[in-house]
Amino acid sequence: MAATFTKIATVTVGSGGASTIDFSSIPATYTDLCLKVSLRCDAAGAHASSVAVNFSLNNVTTNRSFRWLEAYDGTNVWSTNNTTPRLMIMGGAATTASTFTNAEVYFPNYAGSNNKSISSDYVSEENSSSYGSLGFVAGLWSSTDAINQITISPNSGNFVQYCTATLYGIKNS
Amino acid sequence: MPTKIVVDCSTGISTEVELTAEEIAQMEADAAKAEADRKAADEEAALKAAQKAELLERLGITEDEAKLLLG
Repeated sequence: MAATFTKIATVTVGSGGASTIDFSSIPATYTDLCLKVSLRCDAAGAHASSVAVNFSLNNVTTNRSFRWLEAYDGTNVWSTNNTTPRLMIMGGAATTASTFTNAEVYFPNYAGSNNKSISSDYVSEENSSSYGSLGFVAGLWSSTDAINQITISPNSGNFVQYCTATLYGIKNS
Repeated sequence: MPTKIVVDCSTGISTEVELTAEEIAQMEADAAKAEADRKAADEEAALKAAQKAELLERLGITEDEAKLLLG
């Protein structure tokens, strides 16, 4: 059970945008990690499967599997199993100005020697009846390595100004 | 050139650097895979919907009537 949240680092994207946010040299001194993000990108489109956030752990792209349950763009509801490392759908250039999609991503026992679980839940701020997204993602990284690097990037375009990502460490006592 | 923001969590120092060619290639591959996954799922859903509609037509019943039968 999480007892304390300690901010490890935070990023706010500047006026030039960014294609990737990378948390490196994550200390192994916590029990769990929690990544809270508020994101939007400049890719064409709205909330769609093609406007999403991918991620990698320790810069490794193998031995990963995911389960998604998602609803987006007013009509699409779907679930699927695959190996695409997706954390969330977010808004693109067609969505309401200055709105972002928020997600909480949790990494329990990230420094242990067992395989790593990942969960993500997200929902958009949209102020529109036709656009929006929400969803849950469950992930597995079959590796005994401690997570020491988390990298997130849009699957097209760049993160826009004022996107934020904050990494917290959680101790169980 | 795309850039990335790198935060060294051991020092708290944040830097902005250009992506390498390898990183750009990986991003493009991830994007292509995500789109391929979406198209495959959409096609599977459309196929199931068509099969269901065809079966209902052959049986001469509506979807609500089918639910009553199976309920």
